[in-house]
Amino acid sequence: MLDFFIGHYAYWFTIIILAIGLYGMLMKKNLVKKVIGLSIFQAGVILFFVSVASKHGATVPVKDASLPVSEVANYMNALPHTLMLTAIVVGVATLGVAFALLIAIYNRYKTLDEQELLEKIQ
Amino acid sequence: MIGDLPALIPFTFLVFAVLTPLVGLWRQESSYYMAVLGTGIATALSLVGFINYLTGGETIRYFFGGWQPPVGIEFVYDGLAAFVILVINAIAFLVLIHSGRIGTVEFPRKKVAYYSVTMLLMLGFNGMVLTGDLFNLYVFLEISSLSSYALIAIGEKRAPYSAFRYLIIGTVGGSLYLLGVGFLYTVTGTLNIIDMHAMLPQVIGNSAVIAALILMVVGVGVKAALFPLHGWLPDSYTFASSSSSALIAPIGTKVAAYVLLRVVLFLFGVEIINADLPVTEIIGILAGIGILFGSVMAIAQSELKKMLAYSSVSQIGYIIMGISLANPFGFIGAVLHILNHALMKAGLFLVAGNLRLKEGHTDITKFSDSYRKKYPWTMAAFTVAALSMVGLPPLAGFFSKWYLALGTIENSSWMLLAIILISSLLNAVYFFRIIEKIYLKNPKEDEVDRTETAARNEVKPSMLYPMAIMAIGIILVGLLNVYIVSAITTMFPAGF
Repeated sequence: MLDFFIGHYAYWFTIIILAIGLYGMLMKKNLVKKVIGLSIFQAGVILFFVSVASKHGATVPVKDASLPVSEVANYMNALPHTLMLTAIVVGVATLGVAFALLIAIYNRYKTLDEQELLEKIQ
Repeated sequence: MIGDLPALIPFTFLVFAVLTPLVGLWRQESSYYMAVLGTGIATALSLVGFINYLTGGETIRYFFGGWQPPVGIEFVYDGLAAFVILVINAIAFLVLIHSGRIGTVEFPRKKVAYYSVTMLLMLGFNGMVLTGDLFNLYVFLEISSLSSYALIAIGEKRAPYSAFRYLIIGTVGGSLYLLGVGFLYTVTGTLNIIDMHAMLPQVIGNSAVIAALILMVVGVGVKAALFPLHGWLPDSYTFASSSSSALIAPIGTKVAAYVLLRVVLFLFGVEIINADLPVTEIIGILAGIGILFGSVMAIAQSELKKMLAYSSVSQIGYIIMGISLANPFGFIGAVLHILNHALMKAGLFLVAGNLRLKEGHTDITKFSDSYRKKYPWTMAAFTVAALSMVGLPPLAGFFSKWYLALGTIENSSWMLLAIILISSLLNAVYFFRIIEKIYLKNPKEDEVDRTETAARNEVKPSMLYPMAIMAIGIILVGLLNVYIVSAITTMFPAGF
């Protein structure tokens, strides 16, 4: 049982990060904190991809004369890492759009607190 | 030339997304013409591609940079993609022509930005339809989502807040989809849809695959507004500018439903999808509840745009129900409904845009019989689209419901058949009360005949013709549906 937890510790951390992100989005009243929660949630997904592709004692996927290509354990799989570069860029763009929307909301309602906002909208 | 079509169509939008702001610097008004031109070129290219497919063309697979899959990224231009691309580009073309005058009134100083973002939005949608790579699909999904948040935020005072809610929900959906792709990648080691489809039978029963399926269905379901994940939709469509909602409502959720179709029927396939969990059954039940919920909520609305938004929730349910039936009739119904609903919903939102422009509101309680004198053609188009939504033959809406009903009979899903029939009645309730207000005199009111004093005040041609084309299109699609259905029958996924 303990092995199950220790052996999969990277996944447990992913789940914890995703849960923290969800908590931030659902429970926090301030819209900026919701955006922070969203960012943490995305980071959880990114870390998942990074962790599944990392290997102990492996090297970059460039052919090395001293290491036979047939032993794939010697080389890391770089594809998930490069995919996550794109995902990070998508996340940054999302943050940009989110903050632009928050500025528009603040200019119209002069608050970013969800409770006050809902009262002003009604 | 034909072989390059899959890349050329999205590329047109990419080029115009850059050209539109550049030309807009020189003269603001020209950004409208640039956007219409770009979409027009893309529509013409999609028409060429679809005709090429109908005249015996094979599936075109375009490899970017010459890298063969599964190493490289490919765009797959098969019959289904050609059909959906033609539908969304043609609808966007008509809606963008219509948007010129609304833009002058509703966002006069943001036209350049608006039309540049529309081009990005269409790039995202075209890419989502064409791509044969799961991660690439995520990137295009986010491109289209980010542009639609921006477009939805342009509008009434509440628009940025509804766009912000959509952003939070939509990004979580996108992240869940990405997590699902990650699970599938760790199991199969590929991201190419065709390649992965070939590998999945070897890993049936793997819990990561089941989790991935659930995550992807939930993630795409958020974008498609599948029932309990539809919360972002009504507010977003209601408070956005009329032209944004007319552009996003008919196309956005359809493309997401198309992605769901690809994931369920093409990536996993009929055999694997239900191997461990009754996934299609669950999706079907959710779609059924969504159909009823959307219709009932639509009846409760007194605002035309909000009513149309809830009606979208219900109509997207038909498409997803068709997918969940996973039989040929359900597939025909779903694909035909993508076309029909795009035409009907775009037509109805254009009518709402016309009324917003002329009357300044779309409050159903204030509609009166003077409208039929003031806007004879707008109201005629509204009636055609509304009757088609109800499902009156020979209009287009009848036939997709007919094939869906045949599909439910083939699966012996009597519950879903009942839902289709009940929801047609509910559709009739919420559309006939408007038609009644427009064409019949209210007996409780005083004797003054408002139709006599009302002067004809029809909208300008640039707004009238797109709407009229949609209405004629609804009738034509209904009359010619035999040919369309025979084309759709060539698009079946493997295993049908």
